[in-house]
Amino acid sequence: MSDNHDVDYLRASTGIKSWLLTIDHKRLGLMYLASVLFFFLIGGIFAILVRTELFTHTETIMSAQQYNQAFTMHGVIMVFLVIIPSIPAALGNFVLPLQLGAKDVAFPKLNLLSYYIYVTGSLFAVYSMVSGAVDTGWTFYTPYSSQSSQAVVSMTLAAFILGFSSILTGMNFMTTVHKMRAPGMTWFNMPLFIWGIYATALIQILATPVLAITLLLIIVERTLGVGIFDPTLGGDPVLFQHFFWFYSHPAVYIMILPGMAIMSDLIAAFSQKRVFGYSFVAFSSLSIALISFLVWGHHLFVSGQSALAGAIFSFLTMLVAIPSGVKIFNWVATLYKGAINLATPMLYALMFIFLFTIGGLTGLFLGVLSVDIHLHDTYFVVAHFHYVMMGSTIMAFIGGIYYWWPKMTGKMYKESLGATGAILVFIGFNVTFFTQFFMGSQGMPRRYYNYLEQFEFYHQISTIGSYILALGLFVALWSLIDSLRNGEKAPQNPWNASTLEWTVCTTPPIEHNFHETPHVTTGPYDFGIEEGYSD
Amino acid sequence: MSANTNLEPGRFPLAGHFSTPAQQIDAGKMGMWGFLVTEVLLFGGLFVAYGIYRYLHPQAYIDAHGHLDVTMGTVNTVVLLVSSLTVALAIRAAQTDNPGQVTIHLIITLVCAATFMVVKYFEYSHKFHAGLLPGVYFTNATVPNPDQAHIFFGIYFLMTGLHGVHVLIGMAVLFWLLIKNIKGHFCSEYYVPLEIGGLYWHLVDVIWIFLFPLLYLVG
Repeated sequence: MSDNHDVDYLRASTGIKSWLLTIDHKRLGLMYLASVLFFFLIGGIFAILVRTELFTHTETIMSAQQYNQAFTMHGVIMVFLVIIPSIPAALGNFVLPLQLGAKDVAFPKLNLLSYYIYVTGSLFAVYSMVSGAVDTGWTFYTPYSSQSSQAVVSMTLAAFILGFSSILTGMNFMTTVHKMRAPGMTWFNMPLFIWGIYATALIQILATPVLAITLLLIIVERTLGVGIFDPTLGGDPVLFQHFFWFYSHPAVYIMILPGMAIMSDLIAAFSQKRVFGYSFVAFSSLSIALISFLVWGHHLFVSGQSALAGAIFSFLTMLVAIPSGVKIFNWVATLYKGAINLATPMLYALMFIFLFTIGGLTGLFLGVLSVDIHLHDTYFVVAHFHYVMMGSTIMAFIGGIYYWWPKMTGKMYKESLGATGAILVFIGFNVTFFTQFFMGSQGMPRRYYNYLEQFEFYHQISTIGSYILALGLFVALWSLIDSLRNGEKAPQNPWNASTLEWTVCTTPPIEHNFHETPHVTTGPYDFGIEEGYSD
Repeated sequence: MSANTNLEPGRFPLAGHFSTPAQQIDAGKMGMWGFLVTEVLLFGGLFVAYGIYRYLHPQAYIDAHGHLDVTMGTVNTVVLLVSSLTVALAIRAAQTDNPGQVTIHLIITLVCAATFMVVKYFEYSHKFHAGLLPGVYFTNATVPNPDQAHIFFGIYFLMTGLHGVHVLIGMAVLFWLLIKNIKGHFCSEYYVPLEIGGLYWHLVDVIWIFLFPLLYLVG
């Protein structure tokens, strides 16, 4: 399929400028990947610092103020610099046009601009870190953020700027999905990865501007003393919570939908089966996107919202379980009687099903009005969202990196190393966070620096778990770095997958992706009749 | 994969990653509509804040809004409406291969936009002198309920200020279109940048159409 004179995109041009000014979606995807992994390391260091501090019930390694800064930096970095851009901007950029049979995204220059907006935002975040890290928590709640003496303005400005990167990427992907599909690539011939990324793009477009204006209001409140949220100026701090969660709850789905998107492709490829109930999985992504805008009030159950509003939001929150459940059941049904290949990406996919089920079900507990009043602001909440954000999205992200690694680099990683990392991550993750469900249900509040001695045992297990988790992640990182130096050359389609990026593209792809625009005649998961994809 | 464009005047500059001009035009327009949605939501937050504080402090809003200059606001409304018309006429002129007319209409639009900003400057400087400023800088002694009135002026400056920034960005876009037109890039085959720029300018206009009655007219 590949002509000898066609070089792949990694070698098509050389020199630092050919990377820094590239408008090739594949190179931009790799640049995002490197940036995201860098900040994942930084955010992870803060996490380890937080866990280490909590090893004893009194001061362990840092002061209370430093502790507030450490958990805030961990949250801000992981949410805004890692998870939100992780799958869409890094893997989405690389894979989306390939799976659609397009030569690039709709607006390649805008894509480059989004990357530099991301870099600018991250520089502001770094500046804020070194000039007195924020101590408000990643949610920037007023009146903390109105009164804190730390670098709130630069950090909110960072999140504001990062939001624009997210908006532009979402716009680019939405237009790409609508307008750049290859001939024969109908909506229902699209791989489910694209459906998930598409639903994410819609939320990015519709939710992120509200965060932008909210953060802008905080900035003008601090610099010009405009009283929108600050009660001493006649403002209303609960209004901030409404504004913030109107974005940030949909943003939770900006984080999880891409993980679900990867899952469908992984499960199909490693069971060699068509995804069970394709259209249900596709529409469940869109319905999650829709419902995501109607549930923000469940973050405000104890903030002074009316009981009626609380009851309505509680009911609406239950609705999220339906499309999420559809996905879980359909993935499991896809596994049934499949030819299962337990390669490393599949290990992460199975981990996702297990961890997301726990994360999702505990979300239901928290969505129940009465239960939430007991569990609100405890470690139960911390454990719940780590099961969803880290246990689901990050696991899918890592699984996706392994899955597309041969496509991106042309090298195979070592299965033994990959599997070792995956098992350590799984053990470490559960030891760290499952313990926190116990602590939380017994009343251990989140964000506390010192705590009652009765919780020390749980905290110590959790901290040890976090070290195992970190070790597992380093093994995973090592398996990838090792493959670059010692990895075998990747075959065209190592997983016998059935989507265009594997069946038609060379490994690694050429600069223009396809020699000729592919004409699609079969569905995305028609294994064994892949000759239906002709080029 | 570059979007290398064929910049010969009078021909459609098809970017390398598109198959047909229609695809490129559709993609461009769709992207712009998506962007306009984000703009509406960006202002949406401010409209919500406006609504909430108007509901909480109706009397303070009525007293404070009387300090805005309705004449200047009306002039600006007329000026912006005219500019929206001339942008539409510029696109029409491009469709009929009349680049001279495009230039004239774009210049009129730019003049209107500049007029808007000049009027805004006089409005703002009057507020500054009178101490009708947001939050802690509010020093005007004649407005009743200063504790609440400053919120009105905070919202007034935020909304009109953010809108003013959009006018400035719109002027930059219009200026860029003007240069491209003078260089002869647009013709009846290819005028999609004019359409996309025009869409943005209409949005700037529409937002003002909502700001004007809410801030200046509704008591």
